[in-house]
Amino acid sequence: MAAEAHLEVKGLTKRFGGLVAVKEMALSIEAGKILGLIGPNGSGKSTVMKLIMGIERPDTGSVRVNGTEVAGWPSHRIARMGAGIVFQHSRPLHRQTVLENIKLALLPDKLTRLFVDPATDDHARVIAKRVGLDAVLDRRPGTLPFADLRKIEIAKAIARNPQVLLIDEPFAGLTPAETAAFSDLICELRDDGRAVLLVDHNVKSVARLVDRVLAMYVGERIAEGTADEVMRNETVRRVYLGGSIETAARPESAFRDNKTPFLEVDKLSVFYGKAQALDNVSIHVHASEFVSVVGLNGAGKTTLFNAISGLLPYSGDIRREGSTLRGTSAAAIARGGIVQCPEGRELFTDMTVRENLDLGGQHLPAAESTEQIEWLFDLFPILRARQKQHAGTLSGGEQQMLTIARALMMKPKLLILDEPTLGLAPVILEQISKALTRLRETTPITVLLGEQNVTFALPHADRVYVLEHARIVWEGGPARFAAEMGTGYL
Amino acid sequence: MQSLSTTRILLIALCVVIAAAFLPLRVTGYILGLLTIAYYTGVFAMSWDLLFGFAGEVNFGPTFLIGTGAYTAGILDTLYQPPIWLCVAAGTLAAVAGGVVLALPALRVRGPYFGLTTLVAVLMLENFIIVDAHLTGGENGLAIPDVISISDTVNYEIALWFMAVSGAILFWLARSPVGLILQASGQDAVQAGALGFNVTKHKLAAFIISAFFSGLAGALLVFYVGSASASSVVDITVGVQIIIAAVIGGRRTILGAVLGAIFLVAMSEALRPIGDLSNFVVFAMALLVVLFFPSGFFGLLTRSKEPN
Repeated sequence: MAAEAHLEVKGLTKRFGGLVAVKEMALSIEAGKILGLIGPNGSGKSTVMKLIMGIERPDTGSVRVNGTEVAGWPSHRIARMGAGIVFQHSRPLHRQTVLENIKLALLPDKLTRLFVDPATDDHARVIAKRVGLDAVLDRRPGTLPFADLRKIEIAKAIARNPQVLLIDEPFAGLTPAETAAFSDLICELRDDGRAVLLVDHNVKSVARLVDRVLAMYVGERIAEGTADEVMRNETVRRVYLGGSIETAARPESAFRDNKTPFLEVDKLSVFYGKAQALDNVSIHVHASEFVSVVGLNGAGKTTLFNAISGLLPYSGDIRREGSTLRGTSAAAIARGGIVQCPEGRELFTDMTVRENLDLGGQHLPAAESTEQIEWLFDLFPILRARQKQHAGTLSGGEQQMLTIARALMMKPKLLILDEPTLGLAPVILEQISKALTRLRETTPITVLLGEQNVTFALPHADRVYVLEHARIVWEGGPARFAAEMGTGYL
Repeated sequence: MQSLSTTRILLIALCVVIAAAFLPLRVTGYILGLLTIAYYTGVFAMSWDLLFGFAGEVNFGPTFLIGTGAYTAGILDTLYQPPIWLCVAAGTLAAVAGGVVLALPALRVRGPYFGLTTLVAVLMLENFIIVDAHLTGGENGLAIPDVISISDTVNYEIALWFMAVSGAILFWLARSPVGLILQASGQDAVQAGALGFNVTKHKLAAFIISAFFSGLAGALLVFYVGSASASSVVDITVGVQIIIAAVIGGRRTILGAVLGAIFLVAMSEALRPIGDLSNFVVFAMALLVVLFFPSGFFGLLTRSKEPN
């Protein structure tokens, strides 16, 4: 008997407004195989997963689960056709025990089931044992470690014995030991004859498990093959590492505040509940220096920036010009000149471009504010033309420029840019890149840049830190980065 | 600390109800009257908690369902004087029908818009009652020719056992497999859908059950009071009182709502001497409970901690 493909996707397309999130996607997974779907943040891989599961409705295209066309169905019907999903974030019922949480997934979709079927209980116990939750069956989720919460999600997803299993970032937030245990579990599920889709950021994390890898970028498929083939693929390398990288680093000794750098982050640790987001991170930034923190999505960049901005509780210390920022409110830190451009942009979308800028400069005297706006319109000429337009109607790239411009209205000493290139087309990147070069050459501003796009980050960096799984794993000049880190980064 | 099991809670509740059944031997008719009102309010609040605490939908219009039941029963009695049970059944049916008509469009919208839709429904009903005065009695209210009984004790026992039975059904429903699916749908509709549950179907069912008990209680209430008026069964402030009762009693507990209702009625009686200030004091206390004991009275009693 020829193995029938359990999941087959063809021509899948999804638009959000003017943005094409997924374009003509095609993939197929046979029974007993694992496909890795990888792509940088914003590439559309999560959307693909949601389209398959019916959480989002595809605009066009076909999704076949076990041979049945399910595109456009509501997700509960797709689930009943034999598809299951393991969400990245666990949201169990907190007032119920682990066992009850698993039992929930076993219940039929009927309003007439008013008594608990004893067989359900036995079945739930079998599933719990399989994923390794048998010791904590009667505990409540709130008392469990992070890895066990992920196990509850897996248990729920496999409760109905789905033939197609979608797993979103299987190893996010897990320790190496837990990752190994999880990998074994995923292999077992594959050996049952399921078709498994693993969605993750890079090849490295899933290479050991997958039969094939499909790489996405800006909504499109850019490569498919074995893990090795995809890692060697030119397009993939260009997306992750960029092409030729020009660097223009200034040596660290060139900065005059060598003894006490402008910003010092000292042994910083941050926890989100039980998941550790930052582990003993130490970095420093000199006045007027451009420092890049490079790392994949989920490595902890945003957490680091939020801690510096005073938005998160942390252990360790953050010092500005030698004095601690602990106890200073987020608003005071921003007014003091440490200004963050958040990844989500957070523009006031119903206000015009000009109003957004005026708001950023509202603490400045009127004349100074006008002068600053003029300078910014010089820096980002497109914003001058868009002055009267609502921020929500701008393209992604224009919104990013406006975010940076609004932050600059506050005349920051240290500008923190969190993933400014997220989801942007190359031509826009160039414009933002030029603006950064100009800032660097003509102003005394200090910049801390968080990026997963190395091509964008390196030319603007005097120094680079690599953040991986909550830790700083590498530090050095941008020129050395390509040589030493290039292959390990994929 | 482990919270109490379902059977133990029901057992304790049964003991309390039996004890309450002997109250007419000890207290005055006036107090029985207050408790009768409190018990009906308790059913309103429990029905509301099924929607909010379990299905996760904030219904700002519990009085739309109650009012529909109350007025349908009352108008039917005024016009044709059929047997009272028929009026009550018709009122209940009307509330369920009204609930479906309201829920179908309301469940299509998300978040605050669901609440807003239900709020508008109350305003529309209230407006209809005032405009269509020849049928509803308008602002003066509707005087109802029949009552179930003129005995305080009989009325009290009817309300008590009606509340006990409704409470048992709602409580058991909330803890049944269907209640579990409802909770999952309320907390994370996307995940519930991905687990194969038709979220809309379950929420609609919750709305119908809530409407059934609200309408039934509303219809019974008018035959106890002997009249129906917009200010007593439909007005937004009545709805707010019901919501407060459910919240301070303990959300997601069903039975707590009864405690909240009795507390509210008792407080407004105890504070009667201070006049208009009494509402202020009651609301302030409700605010304190919400801020400092989010699991409410029932949560304090059963010592189950609400994880956030």
